[in-house]
Amino acid sequence: MSKKVDVNHLAKLSQMTVTSQQAKKLSTGFSETLKTISLLQKLDTSKVSSTFQVTGLKNIFRQDKINQARTLSQKQALSNAKKKYKGYFVIPAIFK
Amino acid sequence: MPINKLLIGTQKNHQLMTKYKPIIGMEVHVGLKTKSKMFCGCPAHHFQVKPNTHTCPVCLGLPGALPVANKKAIDWTAMLALALHCTINKHSRFDRKHYFYPDLPKGFQISQYDQPLSQKGYLTLDSGKKINITRVHLEEDTAKLLHKTLKGKHVSLVDFNRSGVPLMEIVSEPDISSGAETKEYLKKIRDIIRALKISDCDMEKGSMRLEVNISLTGSGIKPYKVEVKNLNSFRFVAQAINYEIKRQTALLQQGTTPRQETRGYNPKLKKTFTQRFKEEAEDYRYFPEPDIPPMVFTDKDIAQWQSQLPELPEAKVEKLATQHQLPIVTARLLVSKPANYQYFLKSLSVAKKHKLTSQQLANLIINKKINLTKKISDELQRQTQKQTVDPVIIKKVISDNPDVVKKYQAGKISVLGFLVGQVMKHTQGQADPNLTQKLLLEKLAVKK
Amino acid sequence: MNLNKLTIKQALEGLKAKRFSSEELTRACLKQINKTNKQLNSFLTLNPKAIDEAKTADKRIAASIKSFKKYPLLGIPYALKDNFLTNGLRTTASAKVLDNYIPQYSATVYARLKQSAAVLLGKTNMDAWAHGSSTETSDYGTTRNPWNLNHTPGGSSGGSAAAVAADQSIFAIGSETAGSVRGPACWCGVTGLKPTYGRVSRYGVIAMASSTDSPGPITKTVYDAALVTQVIAGHDPFDATTSQKPVDIKPQALSSQTNLKGIKIGLPQEYLVKEMDPKAKKLVLQAIDKLQQLGCQLEKISLLDPHYSIGVYTIIQRSEVSSNLARYDGIRYGNSRSHFNYEAKNRVMLGTYTLSTGYYDQYYNKAQKVRTLIINQFNQVFKNLDLIVGPIMPGPALKVGASQASPMFGELVDMLAEPSSIAGLTGLSLPCGFVNHLPVGLQITGPQFAEQKVLQIGHAYQQATDWHTKKPPAYD
Repeated sequence: MSKKVDVNHLAKLSQMTVTSQQAKKLSTGFSETLKTISLLQKLDTSKVSSTFQVTGLKNIFRQDKINQARTLSQKQALSNAKKKYKGYFVIPAIFK
Repeated sequence: MPINKLLIGTQKNHQLMTKYKPIIGMEVHVGLKTKSKMFCGCPAHHFQVKPNTHTCPVCLGLPGALPVANKKAIDWTAMLALALHCTINKHSRFDRKHYFYPDLPKGFQISQYDQPLSQKGYLTLDSGKKINITRVHLEEDTAKLLHKTLKGKHVSLVDFNRSGVPLMEIVSEPDISSGAETKEYLKKIRDIIRALKISDCDMEKGSMRLEVNISLTGSGIKPYKVEVKNLNSFRFVAQAINYEIKRQTALLQQGTTPRQETRGYNPKLKKTFTQRFKEEAEDYRYFPEPDIPPMVFTDKDIAQWQSQLPELPEAKVEKLATQHQLPIVTARLLVSKPANYQYFLKSLSVAKKHKLTSQQLANLIINKKINLTKKISDELQRQTQKQTVDPVIIKKVISDNPDVVKKYQAGKISVLGFLVGQVMKHTQGQADPNLTQKLLLEKLAVKK
Repeated sequence: MNLNKLTIKQALEGLKAKRFSSEELTRACLKQINKTNKQLNSFLTLNPKAIDEAKTADKRIAASIKSFKKYPLLGIPYALKDNFLTNGLRTTASAKVLDNYIPQYSATVYARLKQSAAVLLGKTNMDAWAHGSSTETSDYGTTRNPWNLNHTPGGSSGGSAAAVAADQSIFAIGSETAGSVRGPACWCGVTGLKPTYGRVSRYGVIAMASSTDSPGPITKTVYDAALVTQVIAGHDPFDATTSQKPVDIKPQALSSQTNLKGIKIGLPQEYLVKEMDPKAKKLVLQAIDKLQQLGCQLEKISLLDPHYSIGVYTIIQRSEVSSNLARYDGIRYGNSRSHFNYEAKNRVMLGTYTLSTGYYDQYYNKAQKVRTLIINQFNQVFKNLDLIVGPIMPGPALKVGASQASPMFGELVDMLAEPSSIAGLTGLSLPCGFVNHLPVGLQITGPQFAEQKVLQIGHAYQQATDWHTKKPPAYD
């Protein structure tokens, strides 16, 4: 699996900004990392299914009740916003 | 060739259109009216609520917050799935769907990907055609974006009250073939959802949102997909589809494959327009939601959901047709308005006393000849009175007005109006004018 | 003796006997922090209300001796890793993206510690976003190892471990994704417990890898670790992955359980990896000998080579990291994504890759399947064994700068902790000797929910040895 990773595409997909210098370093790093990881391909997993949850728990639900204790006030919700306006968060215009 | 030139003319246009077959699929999103949100205990209602007052760490996507699933939302989605003849997946789970957008606080939406709550159902149209339903699944809604100009700058305002509200997604197979079928499909879905009382399913309030995927198929056509979004009413959906069929036909005729994109609809211009080009599919990087353990359902769960289903529109229509001998069309019209349907069932026995058939009663209700808020027996009394005019009154009016009668017989036909008026006077305006006129004419003819 | 050098057990005894007050105890810690934080860089933010909290504790103590029953950690000052949200008190995960973030709610762990009347001294330094095993990726400079300032304290809970080792606090709280509690505990010569995944609530902990993150205590003794775990563990309705199992951790029972006869322990041959420092290896084997002397029956067992776990863990962790860091867009809180450091970019992008269309099956899904193999193996082995023992780190603390050697530094150095983290098991790390005046640690790992047994072995070992009582010379 020696396909080169498209660092710029990944940066875009993960919304990270990278300088060209970083991109180079990352690219080398990815190749090395993927090489180490590829060791897994040696293991036979044909007889097992994936474990996404190690707890073994199932059907954990909550009742349809309002919990006012956790609901934040408008002030709290906005307390860390850089820009706010009349109770809203403000961002540069998104054109639909 | 400009598109509008091709749209003029009927014969040729029709020929072109029948060469290509429209394949239309619908994606309907319905906001559930649970008390609390999908993954937290914030109030779920958000229509006309002050911005950002129904949020918590979970639905605001604060660092460290974790989701816990709302059982009722799952129950209701399963019930809709069963009402649409879907199979419930006994093993189901939530997945993360990743994309970046300001209305998506976590940078991913908790949705369902390859183990949705249900799949493979159908909805039958009046024509008997089955529209297959790929799946019905559950996810969380996004925040609301508003656009404003502040101090000369264009900005967007974000309100997270809607973020995290339970959202059902109903996906159909591309089995729909026209704007009219689409409209019917949507109406039926909406009626079922309202009958289940799990959502207002109101496009104006935003609790029902639609997306149409439309393309044309035919020999030599490469598959493509055009998505139309931001449609605000069933009427606009049908219009947009009809426009798209024409637009795509024209392009294909030119030898151009319509561009894969998302389009919006302008109801004033009655045209769709480009919103966003989508040349490549989005990479949502789905993976199972690690914070929510998987769900396992049993036959008992399914039976319980099934037992909670109320009588659905189809079943009601069937009942009216078989038990009350109503024609299907009439039955459907009655069922489509719950108030009418209820009134019909309640007033059947009284109607019989007034010698009305069930069909006649149905027609009176449908044609709005009955005031549903008034007492049943009174309304029916009034109606049956309207069906006849007392012959005694007809005789009296004729005998009371000999000069007018003479004028009529002399050829002055217009005086008939006066006589009708007299009958109306004597019946307190209740007599049906057309019938009155008919009876007067009969009597006058005889008199001659 | 300086009050800040006490263990929780000793401090509680002293407070009960009214030999000193919580305020004195807290001031002793603050004095030490003041004196040493510049060199160690273990604390990022101090709690301005610490003295007030101590005074409140003293009032409760004065009111009734029964207060100690109601408040199990009454008046005990501690340090909290800076990825635990503290309502009203700056929380950064040592990342510039959250430089000014003031949380609007608290982590359940913090709430429970508050309810137990422990006194928060402040928030400790960590690898930014917990991305590392040395604290070097912190955006606020690395923390230094109190045993040798040229060496790292380990990570990602380096600040918490250093704080305990240097007696800046009586105990600390860290979190482990794979090695982040046990690793720094080992390298700083203190005790660290990684509870079973789902034992302790993750609500309010800035997420790293959702499927392995486990908050846990870093303490001076195993007994103290039991005290803290008893307080923080237990079901949380706000975390759907927490267990309903009752918290069966009994510190008091530990003292009567020092006879380890009949307890079967296993040493996986594969854990004595080629990367091991030979002197550290010798010390670990000596520690295992000690356990046998105390009654344990040793079996040599075979488990999947931990080198495979590196791949499994790297993929699962980085994939989940890429997802968990997607919420930081600067709109509702924090600075924009351009403030992410290099290591965050490294991990997020790799994790994005391993989840992306066309690669998901080969990477994420494959890793989750190998995970099943690892879990099955542990289950098999624990049918005939009570616990697994072995080294927790390949050697003593590495020098500052060592993390630059590899783009996978963290995952490589943690390989001995990864298998148990992947499987969600519980494990302890405790001091068992020194190499070049740097601490070496032993891991005692048990199946899910076997904390009491793990703690029992650890406590018995600490009753029979004194490695854990040694202090770094510069801070003694």
